[in-house]
Amino acid sequence: MIPALLELRGIQKIFPGCIANDDIDLTIAPGEIHALLGENGAGKSTLVKMIYGVLRPDQGEILWRGKSVQIDNPASARALGIGMVFQHFSLFESMTTLENVALALPAQNLDLLRAQLEKTANEYGLKLHPDRYVYDLSMGERQRIEIVRCLLQDPKLIILDEPTSVLTPQESDVLFETLRKLVSEGRSILYISHKLEEVRALCGQATILRGGKRVDNCVPAEETAQSLAEKMIGRRVEPLQNREASILKQKRLIVSNLSKRSDELHGTDIQDVTFTVHAGEILGIAGIAGNGQTELMAALTGETGPPQSGSIEIETQDVTAMTPMDRRQLGAVFVPEERIGQAAVSNLSLVQNSFLTAGKRMGFVSAGIIDWSAVGAYTGHILDRFDVRATGQNALASSLSGGNLQKFIVGREILQAPQLIVVSQPTWGVDAGAAAAIHEQIQELVANGAGALVISQDLDEIFSLCDRIAVISQGRLSTPRPAAEITTEAVGLLMGASNHASGDVLANA
Amino acid sequence: MPLEMSLLTLEARATPSVSAAWLSPLLALTLTAITGAAIFLIMGKSPGIALYIYFVEPLTSWSGLSEVLVKAGPLILIGVGLSIGFRAGIWNIGAEGQFIAGALLGSAPAIFFYESVNPLILPLMMLLGILGGMGWAAIPAILKARFNANEILVSLMLVYVAELLLIHLVQGPWRNPQGWGFPGTRMFPDAALLPVFFAGYRIHLGTIIAIVVPLLVWFALAKTQFGFQIQVFGSAPLAARHAGIGEKRMIWVTLMIGGGLAGLAGVIEASSTIGQLVPKISPGYGFTAIIVAFLGRLHPVGALLAGIAIAVTYIGGEGAQISAGLPKAVTGLFQGIILFYLLAFDLLTRYRLTRITISKNAT
Repeated sequence: MIPALLELRGIQKIFPGCIANDDIDLTIAPGEIHALLGENGAGKSTLVKMIYGVLRPDQGEILWRGKSVQIDNPASARALGIGMVFQHFSLFESMTTLENVALALPAQNLDLLRAQLEKTANEYGLKLHPDRYVYDLSMGERQRIEIVRCLLQDPKLIILDEPTSVLTPQESDVLFETLRKLVSEGRSILYISHKLEEVRALCGQATILRGGKRVDNCVPAEETAQSLAEKMIGRRVEPLQNREASILKQKRLIVSNLSKRSDELHGTDIQDVTFTVHAGEILGIAGIAGNGQTELMAALTGETGPPQSGSIEIETQDVTAMTPMDRRQLGAVFVPEERIGQAAVSNLSLVQNSFLTAGKRMGFVSAGIIDWSAVGAYTGHILDRFDVRATGQNALASSLSGGNLQKFIVGREILQAPQLIVVSQPTWGVDAGAAAAIHEQIQELVANGAGALVISQDLDEIFSLCDRIAVISQGRLSTPRPAAEITTEAVGLLMGASNHASGDVLANA
Repeated sequence: MPLEMSLLTLEARATPSVSAAWLSPLLALTLTAITGAAIFLIMGKSPGIALYIYFVEPLTSWSGLSEVLVKAGPLILIGVGLSIGFRAGIWNIGAEGQFIAGALLGSAPAIFFYESVNPLILPLMMLLGILGGMGWAAIPAILKARFNANEILVSLMLVYVAELLLIHLVQGPWRNPQGWGFPGTRMFPDAALLPVFFAGYRIHLGTIIAIVVPLLVWFALAKTQFGFQIQVFGSAPLAARHAGIGEKRMIWVTLMIGGGLAGLAGVIEASSTIGQLVPKISPGYGFTAIIVAFLGRLHPVGALLAGIAIAVTYIGGEGAQISAGLPKAVTGLFQGIILFYLLAFDLLTRYRLTRITISKNAT
């Protein structure tokens, strides 16, 4: 019998206050794509960090080709033949592809390396230009640099952390071909994801973690997405109810020819964006991260000042030059992408965080004095209605898990009974139960006549939640189309569109 | 060949304890006393007696207590103003300059109307003192709000401008014509001096103001929307922006409060204990108040207590010069040691020291 490439036995890792990994076994055979599944906080990252030598296990044994090994640091992991592609890329934006690859390897001749890079890239179908600067590259291209960089060290085991979270569906298909080629050469892949359909299509084995423990080991192809989700979450999942859209004539948000420069170096400028959100509808904006979503959100809230050109109307009032507070007074609420530090302040209590955006609109201030007992009652209402698990109203925002904090933030905004809600990445990193609750609340608000704009990278979310869909790519927005009339493929093409031709692709799709 | 290195490193604590945050000033003061004892020993003085003169004797008599409170006044006023700015992350280091600017503008009525008996001259002086400090702080405010210039550097450099302006005025245009050529303005008329309350003691109206202001600021920070905005702006600027708390407004408001209170302290100092403008109207109050703000945990009531504690070292220092023959520099030394220990304890409440081993594979 061929020994397993990598075997973990009884791995345990304890952090102050939590057992991140408890008695975990994992076996990866040569030439296998092995999925590591689990919700946020299930212990996937901790486990992977121990395999890659970033952390050391407190207990348990790691066997590499049948021999017990100790992996002290990433360098010794690489020396064994373990490579890793992180979810967050470690690339220097102001350097070229070739320079970034060279930095990660021992010093060598650049011309030689260029030849090597091109050869490896061609062999695995990874299109790359050695001399292009990274800031100019799409997320998919950046990921290819990371993969090539990893492959140049000839790894036997490649760890991929949520590789498709930054890719269009088409780019994902290209990646899967590359991965299948790699395993056909006898390499193994440890594939971390929570996209269950792609795990079913791609992976031969799956290990499922929940709450730091290994709960199951299965062959994904023999399961359904539903059954995998239930193993991950530990209970039944109700699919999202389809909602009868009753789009009204009334316009909640009108954005016309909006152009705004990004505040960030290498950020994406918003160019000539036009759309309308009606009462009773959810408009979805799909797109890969970094295509202007953050800038669009900031332009809508007004927090980065007035745009260079174009106009924004909330409840048919021109708000282009208004402050965030005045826009909220008109009935708009916002849930930004960053929870800690933007939507909420980590070292403030939940009561204080309620006041942050609800204070003025809900009338908690008179003559400059805050009525904290009224804010407390409001906060209690949020915690009850939205099932926020916290030790109480005075718990610090930083003490809540990601999903609970997001429920709190969404609750804080929805309970203000807005006419318009703008939400960015509503369920990113949120567990399935909380995600369903957040979706339901947005739907209920809209059913009562509000308008909603949902900006999300998650196509499943966009398609299940939204009545009309537009795609943002390089700061430009396609013409919104009814969800029933477009396909995932068409949206994917628009997401990857580098030379934008407005809604044409959709029109022809 | 693997190379093993052992290093000390700082690791963030999961939950910094709240009680430790208030314990660290007390520990810092205790360790300062111990270090002080060692220094006195090296200097050949009896540590017991020297420490007694420094830290206890000022508090053993009514006149000593009165002197401590009078000395604490400007430290408290400036320290409270700085606390507000520091909470918001606006680092006004130039309170000394704003103190002098307040003293200059606030003293102008007393110098130009040196025979005035009008009781309104005093409120006018206080108002001008506040405006003088605000005006001086407006320079870093406008440069930061418009051009994002670093307020630490701008406000600090303006201290020296203010000092030179003061020296120029008291030696030139504002010099007392009957002063035998000594640098200094005319003595202020009685109407321009802050009233004292107890015969034989120097406690004056300004001392009372310095005790009331921290209480008002405490209320404002805890109960008002403005206090909340300062807290949010200081701990999460992006959240502040998202919630519509304007950055420029916070820069202006915090610098105006800090500058205004420093200016008020300046004119109070000129119109009480000194009674005129002299080249050296401040023994570094504006800088020492930075220690007061941090020792008081950026809390207004904390600044009140810290101001009194630091004032004890000033008064004790004067006593030590007279009765124990210790150099004046020891006072500054003590203040420096307090800040040093305080910052060290603050670091250790938020981080712990751990030893890590790095092994480096030579390739």
